[in-house]
Amino acid sequence: MIYILYFIFYGFLLTAIIGLLASWVDRKVTARVQYRVGPPILQPLIDIVKLLGKETLIPRGASRATFLMAPVAGLTSVILVATLLWINNLGSGDTFLGDLIVVLYLLTIPSISIIMGGFASRNPLASLGASREMKLILGYELPFVLAVFVPVIKSGFSIRLAEILAYQTQNGAITGSLSGTLALVVAVFCVQAKLALVPFDIPEAETEIVSGPLVEYSGSALGIYRLMKNMLLFTLPFFLAIIFMGGLRSDGLHLLNGLLKVVGLVALITVIRNTNPRVRIDQAVRFFWGPLTIIAAAAVLLALKGL
Amino acid sequence: MGRTIVPIGPYHPLQEEPEFFTLTVEGETVVDIDVQLGYNHRGIEKLSESKSFDQTTFLVERICGICSTSHPFACTRAVEDIIPVEVPERAKYIRTIIAEGERIHSHLLWLGLAGHFLGYNTVYMWAWKLREEILDVMEILSGNRNNYAMFKPGGVRRDIKTEDITGVIEKIDSIVPTLEMLKKAVIDDPVLHARTKGIGILSKEEAINFSALGPTARASGVARDVRKDSPYGAYDKIGWKMIVTQNGDVFDKAVVRILETFESIKIIKYCLLNLPAGEIDLKLKNIPAGEGIGHIEAPRGETFHYIRSDGTNRPVRHKVRAPTFMNLPTYKATVVGETISDATIILAAIDPCYCCTERMAVRTTKGKKLYNGEELVKLSQAKTEKLRKKMGY
Repeated sequence: MIYILYFIFYGFLLTAIIGLLASWVDRKVTARVQYRVGPPILQPLIDIVKLLGKETLIPRGASRATFLMAPVAGLTSVILVATLLWINNLGSGDTFLGDLIVVLYLLTIPSISIIMGGFASRNPLASLGASREMKLILGYELPFVLAVFVPVIKSGFSIRLAEILAYQTQNGAITGSLSGTLALVVAVFCVQAKLALVPFDIPEAETEIVSGPLVEYSGSALGIYRLMKNMLLFTLPFFLAIIFMGGLRSDGLHLLNGLLKVVGLVALITVIRNTNPRVRIDQAVRFFWGPLTIIAAAAVLLALKGL
Repeated sequence: MGRTIVPIGPYHPLQEEPEFFTLTVEGETVVDIDVQLGYNHRGIEKLSESKSFDQTTFLVERICGICSTSHPFACTRAVEDIIPVEVPERAKYIRTIIAEGERIHSHLLWLGLAGHFLGYNTVYMWAWKLREEILDVMEILSGNRNNYAMFKPGGVRRDIKTEDITGVIEKIDSIVPTLEMLKKAVIDDPVLHARTKGIGILSKEEAINFSALGPTARASGVARDVRKDSPYGAYDKIGWKMIVTQNGDVFDKAVVRILETFESIKIIKYCLLNLPAGEIDLKLKNIPAGEGIGHIEAPRGETFHYIRSDGTNRPVRHKVRAPTFMNLPTYKATVVGETISDATIILAAIDPCYCCTERMAVRTTKGKKLYNGEELVKLSQAKTEKLRKKMGY
């Protein structure tokens, strides 16, 4: 029963609210960097409510079920991830062995749902975008998993989020060590790609392939994708904050500290996306498999050495 | 590998104007392209034949919002070539100032758009913010931000007030530091290098074969600039450098445009400080029968106007050729073999302006029926009737 409450109130509602706020922070900071005013605080919510009220068009010849199920699958997995994270961070932490691995798997599903939706829509631009997304996943998953190994090794080979958190409460945040810092840097780049933001917005490149896999989406299906992306914009930094920075805490000053971590990560992501042009897909894959994988592997080795 | 068709257009976020490029791709590599123009045809040349010589400058000013000086400039030079006359010195200087102001704002506009096409929206917004300052300067000088209405056969319509000059020069000086910063941000960015260097190379031979013009040619090492080759206005009295680079890739085209902006600032400042006194208008009365050409260096390359007069007050034939007409075919030479990601920025690198270019369109039907306006209206009415019946009205 308690898990259902967590699923609805923390996993969905709270995450959605904070995700929309994070999206607003992202848009506002972007606007200020670019000499613009930026949207009012409710704008991300208004966007989604508006989309929910619009007609959903399904392209002729598209696979109807896949086309409509893809956004729902993506959103559900994000909610599940958020639920697991909240339970571990604020709740009892009484989950199962290997929840870290489940989280890693679930975090791939949003990207996969975008690929599914793109291919289901039978639009050449969408297929192009979906194939780019696929290449991008192949690129960033290896360094991302390697980076996540570092906290696992640090906390004595634990694959439970609660134990990683407990380790950090006792011994300080994992970013405090050299290997932890390196792993966090790698993870931030991978998160940038997971969120499909510049410089890794290759699958959705508006001026090249007209938002790629999402080109045929409209109405509530698009609204769900938007909500999913906004929630990811909070969930992914939250995940990094938990495994690298000791997570959030609800008591007193620690709450402020925890908020700073998440807002700081969101702001960092925003700054990266505003100071770079989009790279090509081959350049992105080379970047992830070359320098980033090497740094991540080095971080793992350092962590094994205890640094 | 299977071939797919990727459309750019007729409506595409890359371009503000309706044009249709069909890219045939294998995987991500472009193997062939097909260009279809003609969505923007407005019959300007025909319209021009119904206007008096004074009115044609206003008409051609509206061919394109960005080249709103180039076309009247070339047009008035064509009319003056019929007589032929030389305009007063002061008018020449004022024309040069306006033309260079247009070059600055056009190049900044391009820089912003190029940033946008690469997903670098910060450069986009910064370049356009800077462009606003130049538009303010133009407003002080001419009273308008974009369509200046300064040109007339035989001179210029408005004088530049002496008391304005100091303020304008201060304003121009104030944008130089920001422009320097923007130049550094673009020319020294390693990620931008990765995206633009060695991409869409137009070799010198191809540039000559395609008769490429303007920055597109100059980036490929072809030193071709009407301002130097056949000086007009005050360009022969001013010391300025023609920017030529050798590689012909997207990066070099950007470098040419950015550095040209600095040259233009130099030219404007020189002209304002050395503005000769005197008349600004010849007050031409009659244009004799005959024909004349006028060509000037627009921001995108050479703009060419041909006008034939039969002694009345309106042209009997007016031909316009915009630089994009010559530059667009180079797209085929530069894009084949590149990836789709680069196809858009390669197209943008020639700074295409279709509304300038569209003079006439020839359709090949390939066996399909071609509808004219009336038939399309009939089809639309039939469809409406069908829908009305279906919905029970």
